[in-house]
Amino acid sequence: MELRQRYEEDLYLVRGALGWTALLAFAALLVLLPYLAPGYFLYTASLIAAHVVIAVGLNLLVGYTGQISLGHAGFVALGAYTAGILAARLHLPWPVAMAAGGVVAAFFGFLVGIPALRLTGPYLTIATLGFGIAVNQVLTNWDALSGGRSGLFLPKLAVAGVRLRDHHIYYLFAALAAALVWVAFNLARSHIGRAFVAIRDSDIAAEVMGVNLTVYKTLAFAVSAFYAGIGGAMLAYLLGFLEPQMFTLFESIYYFSMIVVGGLGTIPGSILGAVVLTILPQQLAGLKQYLPLVYGATIVFVMAVEPWGLYGRWLKVKLWFKTWPF
Amino acid sequence: MALLAQYVVGGLAVGSLYALVALGIVLLYRTSRILNFAHGDLATFGTFVAFALITAARWSFGVSVVVSLVVTAVVGAAFFFLIIRPAKEATLLGKIVITLGLALFLQGATTVLWGTDTKTMPFPLSDTRVYRLGEVVVSQISLGSFAVGLILMAGMYVLVQRTRIGLAMRAVSQHTVAAQVLGIPVRQIFALTWGLASALGAAAGILLAPVTLLDPYMMLDPFLKGFAAAVLGGIDSMPGAAAGGLLLGVVEALFGAYVSVKFKTTLAFVIIIAVLAVRPEGLLGREYKRRV
Repeated sequence: MELRQRYEEDLYLVRGALGWTALLAFAALLVLLPYLAPGYFLYTASLIAAHVVIAVGLNLLVGYTGQISLGHAGFVALGAYTAGILAARLHLPWPVAMAAGGVVAAFFGFLVGIPALRLTGPYLTIATLGFGIAVNQVLTNWDALSGGRSGLFLPKLAVAGVRLRDHHIYYLFAALAAALVWVAFNLARSHIGRAFVAIRDSDIAAEVMGVNLTVYKTLAFAVSAFYAGIGGAMLAYLLGFLEPQMFTLFESIYYFSMIVVGGLGTIPGSILGAVVLTILPQQLAGLKQYLPLVYGATIVFVMAVEPWGLYGRWLKVKLWFKTWPF
Repeated sequence: MALLAQYVVGGLAVGSLYALVALGIVLLYRTSRILNFAHGDLATFGTFVAFALITAARWSFGVSVVVSLVVTAVVGAAFFFLIIRPAKEATLLGKIVITLGLALFLQGATTVLWGTDTKTMPFPLSDTRVYRLGEVVVSQISLGSFAVGLILMAGMYVLVQRTRIGLAMRAVSQHTVAAQVLGIPVRQIFALTWGLASALGAAAGILLAPVTLLDPYMMLDPFLKGFAAAVLGGIDSMPGAAAGGLLLGVVEALFGAYVSVKFKTTLAFVIIIAVLAVRPEGLLGREYKRRV
């Protein structure tokens, strides 16, 4: 059992030889995946990368800051459609389109964050839910902008005129997701992350301690929406096709179940949840109609039995081995 | 003028259903401080049970409705006792997440059992038979749902304000532990509240079914409207919920007629945000204070 004696020790992201070995092994696995896994799995892996980005962003908002968002599919849709429209209509290169997707979503996140200053708990849930539905309705009805129900086709990802192959896309997305996860880790252990956690635990106490609620709540929404927007842009490029029905309330709850299953308020938990809930539906492809049932039962089960999710269970197992035989 | 009156009457008919949903939400919120996101899906489930009893089991309409209301009430009460009470994570966020999970579960169950295709509910009142009140035309069905809505609202009022059970319910909502100390059977009251609220939702669903047709997502919109109505009227006030529902129905009908039909659904959310910004306790709610 290692003891932490200084604050700096608490800040280390990776601890000890074992931690570094695990991290390097994981990185090596990510790099070697195209040579190890069958070709079709690369698509799934790219999808996982996009979902990881969305789930990490959502967890920063829900798990860390305690602000519920049931309209996250709205932010994802904003990012996806911004990237899609810029790429398909204005023929901008993909890095610009993706970044713009993130920025536009972040701006709307900031806007949603403003009423969130007055709304808490159930009120906020309903308001964000309404935001998600409103985005979906606008995208469905405003054909000139979004292409409506007939959809919007994106150009393929290309660098200097050369089309990227599946494993290139995988490397690109994995690197992007890794970078954003690293930023999230750093955000969570900085004063910003501490402020988020303080707001979650008690916003009045946080304000008394000098945390500016206006700044940090809107910041949490903006950061979370930025992640969702980038994730949405990744989804848009990966699928090559956008349609408003891809971003409904069901998707919002799907992203939400990722962080609940993985573990609220932990970044490894969000990654774990995104991986599990991306692979699971593909394995259950024949049982598609049972998916809402399975998700619903899983959420209820996890919340009733293990509120800290899969990652919380892992921490408990680790602790048990560390302290064995006590 | 006649046109305006027509819109108002139509709005009142829809509003009475919003009021029923809002009453269920408020009833639960008052006693257990939980916003039940599964309220709409529980109502959908109850409506489908009634539908199945009428069409598959060929029971009479009245019996089917009563049985389905009882089934919904039992499911609602069971949900509280089996899942919410024993749940480890008893924070507000945790409870909301649990009810969301249940909403998804019930919706999935309804989809699996009855499919996603829309169905028509056999209903004793007709949509096409109309009555004339002066220049205003009212269909039999909206008159019926308005009447049933009013009766249920009045019944709820009498139950909560005029009976011993209602007194116990109010006591539990004020302070659970104190009520328990005074010998009020808190568990029964909780069961009754959850059952009643769920049954109210199912009643709204059954009244709505002939208008909107049955599908697993039919109660999502009315649930959101019901919540908006509850916020408008004050989330801890039952008369407020009734008034909020009727008012929302009328405002929405007028908005749809004179401003824009496309954004009729968005209006409810604008109202929520506006009410919380101007008067957080709602029209008839008590002053909004927060315990620290």
